Amino acid sequence: MQKSLHIDPNKCTGCLQCEMACSWENYRSFTTAKSRIKVFSFHEAGRFVPYTCTQCDEAWCMIACPVDAIRLDPATGAKIVLEPTCVGCKVCTIACPFGTINYVAQTGKVQKCDLCDGAPACAKACPTAAITYVDSDWTGLDKMRQWAGKTDTNQATA
Amino acid sequence: MAWTKNVLRVNLETGSCTTEPLNMTWAHDYLGQRGLATKYLVSEIDPKVEPLSPKNKLIFVTGPLTGTMAATGGRYSVVTKGPLTGAIACSNSGGYFGAELKFAGWDMVIFEGTSPKPVYLLITDGKAELVDASHLWGRTVWETEEAIKKQHQDPQIRVAAIGRAGENGVLYAAIVNDLHRAAGRSGVGAVMGSKNLKAVAVRGTRTDAYQVADPDAFFTAVDAGKKVLAGNGVTGQGLPTYGTQVLMNVINELGALPTRNHRDVQFEGAMAIGGEAMHEKRPTDGKANLVTNGACFGCTIACGRISRMDPGHFSVKDKPQYHGASGGVEYEAAWALGAANGVSDLEALTYANFLCNEDGFDPISFGATVGAAMELYDLGILTKEIVGFEIPFGSTEGMVKLAELTAKGEGFGREIGQGSKRLCAKYGKPELSMTVKGQEFPAYDGRGLQGMGLAYATSNRGACHLRGYMVSPEVLGIPVKMEPQATEGKPAMLKAFQDLTAVVDSSGLCLFTTFAWGLQDIQPQLQAACEGDWSEERLLLIGERIWNMEREFNLAAGLTGKDDNLPPRLLKEAAQTGPQKGAVSKLDVMLPEYYRVRGWTSEGVPTDETRVRLGG
Amino acid sequence: MRHLIIGSGPAGVVAAETLRKADPAAEITMLCGEAGPPYSRMAIPYLLRGDIPEAGTHLRKDADHYARLRIQLVQASAKAVDAVARKVDIGGRSLPYDRLLIATGSRPSREQIPGIDLPGVQACWTIADARALLAQARPGTRIVQMGAGFVGCIIMEGLLSRGVDLTILVRSGYMVRRMMDATASGLLRSWCEAKGVKILTHTQPTGLTSEGGVLQVALANGRVLPADIYLSAVGVDPNLDFLEGSGIALGQGILVDANLQSNVPGIYAAGDVAEATDCLTGKRQLNAIQPNAVEQGRIAALNMAGRPTRFKGSFVFNVLTTLGLVSSSFGEWQGVPGGESTEVLDPAHYRYLNLQFEGDRLVGANTVGFTDHVGALRGLIEGRMRLGVWKQRLMADPTQVMQAYLAAAHSLV
Ligand SMILES: Cc1cc2nc3c(=O)[nH]c(=O)nc-3n(C[C@H](O)[C@H](O)[C@H](O)COP(=O)(O)OP(=O)(O)OC[C@H]3O[C@@H](n4cnc5c(N)ncnc54)[C@H](O)[C@@H]3O)c2cc1C
Ligand code: SF4
Ligand code: SF4
Ligand code: SF4
Repeated sequence: MQKSLHIDPNKCTGCLQCEMACSWENYRSFTTAKSRIKVFSFHEAGRFVPYTCTQCDEAWCMIACPVDAIRLDPATGAKIVLEPTCVGCKVCTIACPFGTINYVAQTGKVQKCDLCDGAPACAKACPTAAITYVDSDWTGLDKMRQWAGKTDTNQATA
Repeated sequence: MAWTKNVLRVNLETGSCTTEPLNMTWAHDYLGQRGLATKYLVSEIDPKVEPLSPKNKLIFVTGPLTGTMAATGGRYSVVTKGPLTGAIACSNSGGYFGAELKFAGWDMVIFEGTSPKPVYLLITDGKAELVDASHLWGRTVWETEEAIKKQHQDPQIRVAAIGRAGENGVLYAAIVNDLHRAAGRSGVGAVMGSKNLKAVAVRGTRTDAYQVADPDAFFTAVDAGKKVLAGNGVTGQGLPTYGTQVLMNVINELGALPTRNHRDVQFEGAMAIGGEAMHEKRPTDGKANLVTNGACFGCTIACGRISRMDPGHFSVKDKPQYHGASGGVEYEAAWALGAANGVSDLEALTYANFLCNEDGFDPISFGATVGAAMELYDLGILTKEIVGFEIPFGSTEGMVKLAELTAKGEGFGREIGQGSKRLCAKYGKPELSMTVKGQEFPAYDGRGLQGMGLAYATSNRGACHLRGYMVSPEVLGIPVKMEPQATEGKPAMLKAFQDLTAVVDSSGLCLFTTFAWGLQDIQPQLQAACEGDWSEERLLLIGERIWNMEREFNLAAGLTGKDDNLPPRLLKEAAQTGPQKGAVSKLDVMLPEYYRVRGWTSEGVPTDETRVRLGG
Repeated sequence: MRHLIIGSGPAGVVAAETLRKADPAAEITMLCGEAGPPYSRMAIPYLLRGDIPEAGTHLRKDADHYARLRIQLVQASAKAVDAVARKVDIGGRSLPYDRLLIATGSRPSREQIPGIDLPGVQACWTIADARALLAQARPGTRIVQMGAGFVGCIIMEGLLSRGVDLTILVRSGYMVRRMMDATASGLLRSWCEAKGVKILTHTQPTGLTSEGGVLQVALANGRVLPADIYLSAVGVDPNLDFLEGSGIALGQGILVDANLQSNVPGIYAAGDVAEATDCLTGKRQLNAIQPNAVEQGRIAALNMAGRPTRFKGSFVFNVLTTLGLVSSSFGEWQGVPGGESTEVLDPAHYRYLNLQFEGDRLVGANTVGFTDHVGALRGLIEGRMRLGVWKQRLMADPTQVMQAYLAAAHSLV
């Protein structure tokens, strides 16, 4: 069965180890601005929400790409950006209704989560198991909804 | 290389922003953050400079592990000459700001002079510009951060700002970053305010700003360190669950919880304001004060408290802006806003803490000053006419009102904003000020914990628990158990703690790691990140060098061994209850010994031999 | 089943691929009106800039892609459609079909001024146009470009990278006025001017002449500009000429229903050429953008393969890079009657964000210099998501849009 990232915001403390891990994996630097997973902070709600591509079946970005620069990795199900082919037109960034493929000015290309070839660095780095890489047959929005895990499992309030 | 090797120098007088290379000889001798910036400061300013004058400088600085995957590697410090003490001031903060400064490519930002009009510094990677902040002057930290992010349309900008307290010259004004993380102590925010500098806003996206020297070794060391933190009872369980508030009941039961301006050493209301209480569901709205715990950048401990107030509480009933979650009370804040005044209303403490974050002032110094004011009131020296309302010990309303007035710089709040030393002196009772070198004590009684008493007396930035945390051996048994009332071996232990703390404060790591980590856990991380020799021996030598550098600055600033003292109450008025009943501080026994192990003269001055040995 | 597709742009190619997946046995033929493998017009700006070779513009990179999918490519132009006999005249011969997809895209509009046929007058629409420009544009080449619409803006960087001397004429006074409000447009203009582009607004040529091989562009205000190249970029019209008399109902484009079928059963249209319903306004309109072309290509193909699929409606949005400055527009960026709007502007840093609401729904947006998570704007607008309390928060601070999205779309908060 194919695996996917499972995210439980209730466990997240906002430490950004995941963002650093992603940046390290892809840029050999700890620049969270370059991370493909982004932890959003909801200050008033006291909540941190990690967010990245769910590798949705619709693959809006892949279909929109005019030069065939986004491909499906059959092993992981990830939609992967082929950097040398990408021309940086950004059409994919507005096509994806989840906002999870983003333009990187420094490279002039786009980036998105590629599941690290099946060994997600973010999940490994997360100290609270807010990100795990698990078997799943959820797709698209359903996957996203899974993130909203209703039970509160935060250590501090357990 | 774990340093970006770039220093940004901002002349507020002329508005110029210039780049200079980091002095790597100094980095080698002082590591980073606290040590390195202090070296810059003491080399550049006259020690006798008036702290709130344009001639003082203000340095924001990161450490080599700031912005790396080392657990807690997100710290930065602000270094200046402090207005509360006239001594060296170095305040350390977490949150995300420090790491962002590194991502943008800066180890350090040095502010000089005073701007003719309010400004904020906007750093976008290599680009730095001063932006007019006239419209932000008079606004809170929270409003300022929101306005800057909105103006530049980037929610990822990290902001460190002063609130109205810093503008109004509250002598213990803080610099608050990421809404509720603060370089809180010693009035660094007042210096920032005196320079007409409202905020520093940073966005860093560079991938080439710095690097760890040996990535493989680095990740091995970092992963090992994280395991130790996760497996340790304090850092893996206690702090994430209760935060530093885990200490409230422990210290109270030990009889070392200063209460009502140190008249007492135990607080009958401790249970109501401690870590456990924050978890309890309130009868009023069925919700707990604590919403969740939060981490600073890179931190795998996550001690931060995120609280939500009871919207029906009298202090916020008609103020929906305080109904959302925000930074809740840590132990020191809960103590200062609570026990120090005899106030046991957790919601009120939370509110006052919100105000401290919102307008940028140190809850420890504020709360302790309120404690002093309440004692003056109790003695009939301060009156309702002078204060404007009644402030007996235990008055929740009084404490809350004083917090509001101090935040706004109105009424009696202006006097509270000058700190306990100046307040007590003004009303003719200097002995009632619970301070060392002009800075208020934090939450441990120097009679109950003899080592802490010595730590306060000798701390280079005035009374402080974060310069040599003798609570570790005296309460928690880390690294060895020492009896609270014992004096033997404590000067040497304190020296070791002070030196180690100086290393941690210079590295980019959080001091709380040392509940679990020893130097043997930290050293491999530094060694892998920074090229060069960073053996344990060298690191300890660096720590000692930093301590002595700070001491030399203070001496040159006019302080002497006489300032290594405690208020008479701690030396003469015995603890009245609890296990430490009858105790006074035995500072006179410990201090000479401390000078000896430091290699200082009996006047507290480093000997020539010590100077030569430490070099730098 | 014989499927015939006229046009091998993104709409045609995606349709062919979708047909193959949906109907493994079908016969699929695609007419290519231009020489060479199917390519993407969108990649032309990057070809001009020298970022990619011509092959980089190809819609599919594997040489045997079409053969492998058994998609027969026929290099020919459709001359006429016989809807009764179900065949397409390709000049001299005709191709029969059971299902027909018209995906002929659009072509540059022709300016009605004297001299428009002179040598040196150019468009920038096809790969052949791009080749011609590449051959002529050198350092110092004087280019007068009429029009600063989407394509006019996006090709500027490629032109400037070749060192040309560029003057732009803007009739309306506003750059990209079809996708940007006046503020955004103004930012783009000052950005371009700061980069050395001369922009003349409220002006248009009255005629072109040639003197000694140099074009003379006469302007309405009496000025005459010498030019080596006159680049006409005043908009596009759908390629419909060959459909005259076919019985296929035409408006501005081919009128299609929710299944992208024209009034003639079995004949579908997709892409720039199709006039489908807008998902926000419910009105029919052309939507000449790439994502729309591929989405319609896919939906039309499913219907052709006998799998009834409804097109949710066109969503108008676009992202544009003008000399490095990224801007985007979504949906009803001009706002709606009775709606509300909010904006934040930082002219010194060329950043702008404008949101348009109808009740507690976002209906449109304009952005300049804002790229992080922009796709969420589409999610919010097209999904017609209710914002609840986040509406007021966005009114106060529009930069909170990603938070609002996470809250509204995923109830994560
Ligand atoms: C320079 C440039 C930049 C652009 N940038 C963007 C952008 O950034 N984002 C965006 O969304 N859009 C962009 N566009 C627009 C986008 O390219 C079109 O919307 C898209 O190509 C439409 O696809 P289509 O398949 O409908 O039509 P087309 O791509 O135009 O393809 C139509 C095909 O049909 C062929 N054809 C036409 N008539 C006949 C006939 N009678 N017989 C046989 N074949 C015929 C044509 O030769 C062509 O191959 C850009 C266009 C240009 C020119
Ligand atoms: S930006 Fe790159 S990946 Fe995205 S659509 Fe354009 S070419 Fe494809
Ligand atoms: S799986 Fe890999 S690429 Fe995707 S977000 Fe995690 S670390 Fe980044
Ligand atoms: S590493 Fe885990 S806990 Fe830390 S921010 Fe990422 S998801 Fe949250």
